[in-house]
Amino acid sequence: MSLTQLHATATAVERPKFRAWPELNNPAAWLVALILVIMPLIANGFFLIEIFGTTLILGIIALSLMFLAGYGGMVSLMQLTIAGFAGYMVAVFGVSGNANISLGWPWWLATPIALVLATIFGTLGGALAVRTEGIYTIMITLAIGAAFYYFTNQNWAIFNGHTGINTVATPQFWGVDWRSDIPFYYLILGVAALCYFAVQYVSRTPFGLALQGVRDNARRMAALGFNVNAHRVAAYAFASFIAGLGGVLQVWNYRQISPGSVGVERCIDILIIAVVGGITRPVGPFIGALIFVILRTFALDVLIKFGLDGNRFRLLIGLGFLAIVFWSSDGVIGLWERWRRRQGRASSSTTGRGHG
Amino acid sequence: MDSVAHRLSAVGAGAALELRGVTRLFGALAALTDVTMTVRPGERRAVLGSNGAGKTTLFNCITGDFPPSSGTIRFFGEDVTRFPPYERIRRGLRRTYQISALFPGLTVQDNVYLACRGVSRGRFSFLRPGANDALMHATEALVQAVHLTAVKDQRVAELAHGQQRQLEIALALAGAPRFILFDEPAAGLSPAERLELIEILTSLPAHIGYIIIEHDMDVALRVVESVTMMHNGRVFKEGLPREIESDPEVQELYLGGGHG
Repeated sequence: MSLTQLHATATAVERPKFRAWPELNNPAAWLVALILVIMPLIANGFFLIEIFGTTLILGIIALSLMFLAGYGGMVSLMQLTIAGFAGYMVAVFGVSGNANISLGWPWWLATPIALVLATIFGTLGGALAVRTEGIYTIMITLAIGAAFYYFTNQNWAIFNGHTGINTVATPQFWGVDWRSDIPFYYLILGVAALCYFAVQYVSRTPFGLALQGVRDNARRMAALGFNVNAHRVAAYAFASFIAGLGGVLQVWNYRQISPGSVGVERCIDILIIAVVGGITRPVGPFIGALIFVILRTFALDVLIKFGLDGNRFRLLIGLGFLAIVFWSSDGVIGLWERWRRRQGRASSSTTGRGHG
Repeated sequence: MDSVAHRLSAVGAGAALELRGVTRLFGALAALTDVTMTVRPGERRAVLGSNGAGKTTLFNCITGDFPPSSGTIRFFGEDVTRFPPYERIRRGLRRTYQISALFPGLTVQDNVYLACRGVSRGRFSFLRPGANDALMHATEALVQAVHLTAVKDQRVAELAHGQQRQLEIALALAGAPRFILFDEPAAGLSPAERLELIEILTSLPAHIGYIIIEHDMDVALRVVESVTMMHNGRVFKEGLPREIESDPEVQELYLGGGHG
C-alpha cells in the first residue's frame, strides 16, 4: 500500500485502496460532513426535519437495500416493510395514544426489542428469499411487503387496523426532548453516519468481501468453501438491522404509523431512491433520498406554476428514474464519477482506460 | 508403483478419491454412466475424451456442483456423496473451471484473499484484516506464486485472458489443498504461458494429487502419471500415458484427428 504502488497503475489511483477510508482524503466529503454538522445554524425547523431529516431516514432504509443489492446482488423490496415493522413494534411496546394496544414500556426497552424483532423478521424473510435468484427474489420480497401491508390493515389486536397507532411517544432523557427539531436532527445524523460507516467498513471485511464474491459468482464461492446461502441470510440480518434503525427514526419523526406507511408504493420508493442515487457505494442512497425528498416537497409548487396537477410529482420522479436508468446504470454517483474521470482526463493526458 | 498403496486402494482405504458406479442423468440423457475410478493420494491423472464424453460432469459430481444421480464418492475415505460443495472444499478438495469463474468486480488480491478465507475460520468476520493478518501473507505469497503481483490491485475484469487463467489456478491452491481438479487449465493460453502452466503443475508439492482435463496432449501427458480415457459418459480405458497414446482404439477415437 505504499505511495509508489499507488501510481503503479493508472486504474489503481481511481479506486479506493484496500482497507482505506476514501473519505478521509476527499475534501468534498469533509465539506459535506461540515455542512451536515452545522445545518441547524443554516436551516430552519422545516428544512432541518422535513427535508434533511427525512432524507437521512429514507437514506438509511435505502442504504440497507444498497447493501443487499450492491454488495450481495439481492434486490429486496421488503426493506421498507422491515423498517415499518420496527416502527410498529416501537409503537406497540412503547407509549402511544392507543393505550389499549401499546404496552407502555419505556423507550430504552421498546426500541431494542423493536430492533431485535425487525432483524428477526427481515432475516426470516431473507431466508425465504435466498432460495431464489433475480426476479424471483424481487417477487418474494414484494409479496412479503404486500402481505404485511394487508395484514396491518386487517389486524386490530396488534396493528390497530387501518387507523394504525397514533401519538407515539418519543424519547426524553438527560433533560432533552429528542424529538424537538435540533436534537432530533443530530440523532438522525448520528444514526445515519453510524450506518454509513458501518456499511463502508463491512464492505472491506471478510464477510463483506465474501458477499461481493457471492454477488459476482455464487457457484465459485461454494467451490472456495463458502456456504453461500448462509452468507446471504447473514447479509439480510445486517441489512434488516439497518432498516430497523431507519424505521424507529421514521416512527419518531411522524409520531404515528399506519398501513399507509408500509404500502407497496412506499416499498418501491425505496428501490427508486437506491437506484437513482446509485447502488455501488453507500453514499448513493442518501443522494437518491435527497433528490426524492426535494422532488416530493417542491415538485408540487413547480408543477402548479406550469399549470399542471401538483400531485403529479411522481411523474417527475418516474421520468427522472427512467433517465437515470437509461443513461447511468449506477445512478447519480455513476454520472458523477464519469464526469470526474472525463475532467481528470482533460486536465492531464495520462492514459485512463474506461471501466466500471 | 507402490504396491501397498495399490492394494489398499483396491479396498477403498487410502484412496484420495474413490468413485463407485457414479451415474449422472440430465433428464433422459446419461452424462455419466457407472463411472468407477480410484485415485491415490498424490497421484496425477489426466482425463481425456472428446467433447460430451462427460469429463466436466465428472468434475461437477466430484465437487458437488451437481450431485450424482446414483453411486458413491469417497474423498480420503469419507463418503461425501451428499455433501454440499463447500464441505468438500473445506476437506481439501479444489477445482478450477474451464471458463474462468472469478469475481470480476473485485481486485486480484481480494479474489485470492477470498479463496484463502474460504478454507479457514472467520468467513463471517466483521473485522477488517490487519496488515499482519496471516491470511494476508498467504494471499501475497499465492499472488506472487502465479506471477500476478504487478496487477494485484487491478479489478479482475481488467485482466488479460492468460492472467485470468493464472488467477483461476491461484484460487485452487489456497489453503492446504489435498486434491485438485483442473478443468482445461491451458485453454486459450499462448505457448509461453503453457510452459509456465506446466512449470506450476510439476512444481506442486508431491502430496497434492490432481486430475487434469486437457485437450493439449503436450501439456497433459507431461504432467501426469496415469490416464483415464472417457467416451460417451463411461470410462473407456485406463493406463499409463504411453500405453494410452499408443492404443489403437484410443487413437481412432481421440487422437486420430490430427492431434499429436
